[in-house]
Amino acid sequence: MKARIAGLMLLGIVLAISSPAFLTVTNLLNVLRQASLIFLLASGLTLVILTAGLDLSIGANLGLSACLVGFAIKSTGSIPLGIAAGLACGITIGVVNGLMITLLRLPPFIATYGMLWMVYGINYWAMAGNTIYGFPAEFRAIGSGYALGIPIPVLLMAACLIVGGVFTRYTTVGHEIYAIGANAEVARLSGIPVRSRLILVYTLSGAMAGLAGVVYLARLNSAEAGIGDPLLLPAIAAVLIGGTSLFGGVGSLSGAWIGAVILTLVLNGMNLRAISGNWQPLITGVILLLAAAVDTAARKRNEARA
Amino acid sequence: MGNPRPPLRIPGIAYLLAVLVVFFTVFGTRFASAPNLLNVGTQSSILLLLALPMTLIIMTEGLDLSMGAVMGLSGVVLAMLLVKGTSLPAAFAMALGVGTIFGIANGLLVVALEMPPFVATLGMLGVAEGIALVLTDGQSVVGIGSALPAVYSNRWLGIPFSIVVAVLAYAAFHYFLYHTRAGTYVFALGGNREALILAGVPANRYHVFIYLLGGLMAGMGAFLLTGRMSGGHPTAAIGMEFDAVVAVIIGGTKLERGDGWLPGSVLGVLTVGVLKNGLNVMAVPSSLQIASIGLLVIVALLMDSLRGNS
Repeated sequence: MKARIAGLMLLGIVLAISSPAFLTVTNLLNVLRQASLIFLLASGLTLVILTAGLDLSIGANLGLSACLVGFAIKSTGSIPLGIAAGLACGITIGVVNGLMITLLRLPPFIATYGMLWMVYGINYWAMAGNTIYGFPAEFRAIGSGYALGIPIPVLLMAACLIVGGVFTRYTTVGHEIYAIGANAEVARLSGIPVRSRLILVYTLSGAMAGLAGVVYLARLNSAEAGIGDPLLLPAIAAVLIGGTSLFGGVGSLSGAWIGAVILTLVLNGMNLRAISGNWQPLITGVILLLAAAVDTAARKRNEARA
Repeated sequence: MGNPRPPLRIPGIAYLLAVLVVFFTVFGTRFASAPNLLNVGTQSSILLLLALPMTLIIMTEGLDLSMGAVMGLSGVVLAMLLVKGTSLPAAFAMALGVGTIFGIANGLLVVALEMPPFVATLGMLGVAEGIALVLTDGQSVVGIGSALPAVYSNRWLGIPFSIVVAVLAYAAFHYFLYHTRAGTYVFALGGNREALILAGVPANRYHVFIYLLGGLMAGMGAFLLTGRMSGGHPTAAIGMEFDAVVAVIIGGTKLERGDGWLPGSVLGVLTVGVLKNGLNVMAVPSSLQIASIGLLVIVALLMDSLRGNS
């Protein structure tokens, strides 16, 4: 964790020197606001990866949830109903993932990979190439408004970080999630209800994707079928940069937060230097691979020591 | 001494394929016509090129999520070189080279660095798609001349060029897996890697080679894809790796235990092809076809795990 904080500081110093616009309150709040979207997705995914699982469906889930929110608000005019529809969509997809992985014992990456393309197909079919745009100001405030001078998505991120941090660090269920990732068989033998805990983490992952969909839609003010597709890679990268191990049992939500901020700084820095958005998948892919390489190397070292 | 033979079994997938064919023949009026069936074959040929190496990769407990993106990148490179006036053989060699480099990189990440395959190849997906986007600025590459489309539209005894390529590729993979010593090692890599190493076989080298084949075949597929589209597009093949994974899994190859079945992958590819084409004939939108493929793999895995439990 120290190395990550040092890396974050170093990145901050480099950016501050290279661009005077960087160290302004406006820009820093802007970075945090951009990071909040990735963090919301990454936080649910962190819980899943802590159990040595994976959820490849979160990007598609975000897309479908956001479109559903848009559709519900447009057709009923009710903002709470729209938000509820988005969260319900995210949660439903998460529950189905959890059931496929526990009751049907499908490997997580295949089950959620199948789910990705199912949700993707349904969303593209339902949207039929259309865009839903132009939402009431009260709804848009969720994505672009301020409370106490702080962007609302940043407050949401802080709330998630605190609630999630307490949950993983100080509750029995949180500890059980780590135990399952460290060794599912031992966890089962020591009486942890592995199945229901796994269903819980995939449900939370789906719920966070739904919430991220609400926030993203409120920020963009327009929904089309593909909006979630480019977000899967950054979310996984943020989790791995944050030191959560793909092999389960090791990691934290605060790490995912640092990962989301580091990733955003890199992408934001490219933005400030007017580098085309076409570079984004390449840079994200390289960062993902580097983080995964560090993770696997650390695991090998630990095995050699043991 | 023989390699593990392709077992003589009638798998569930064959029944499913038969049911689909009967269903679409009855309910899709234009399905069972000779031109349409050739169409199914043509559409399935690119998918088979990916499904063949994907079978070997999955039976060694791996996965290659980058194949679609790598095929897209190879296609873009091929198309851009043709636009510049490079000769077709040289441009094709470059496309194969690009695919091979990505295949080797995948293999090294998985084998040398021991990275989980789905994350390693997901990262490479981003890299390949990213390079293709940067090279083309996100635009289609058009004006590739007539040389490649001319080769693509060739027929041999009335059979479209792409089907001939797919059949030859299958023959090569079948021979490799079931009739060479290296093929035996592929079975052992998934099932009993330890024994292989004890026997003094350079297991890692063979393991990387399997991923290399994945990249190489993606480059090969790029040739057919570019011929079919008469151009290149950076994201044209994104998601095709999913169809390949589905075809391999419903074809009976297991995600563990070194249990692969190449003829099953052909049935899997045909099932995916028939399903997509049949739904197309019945005017079901392509987005719902994608959703149905997602459902198909989960149903297949479900049937498989039920059989395993009983």
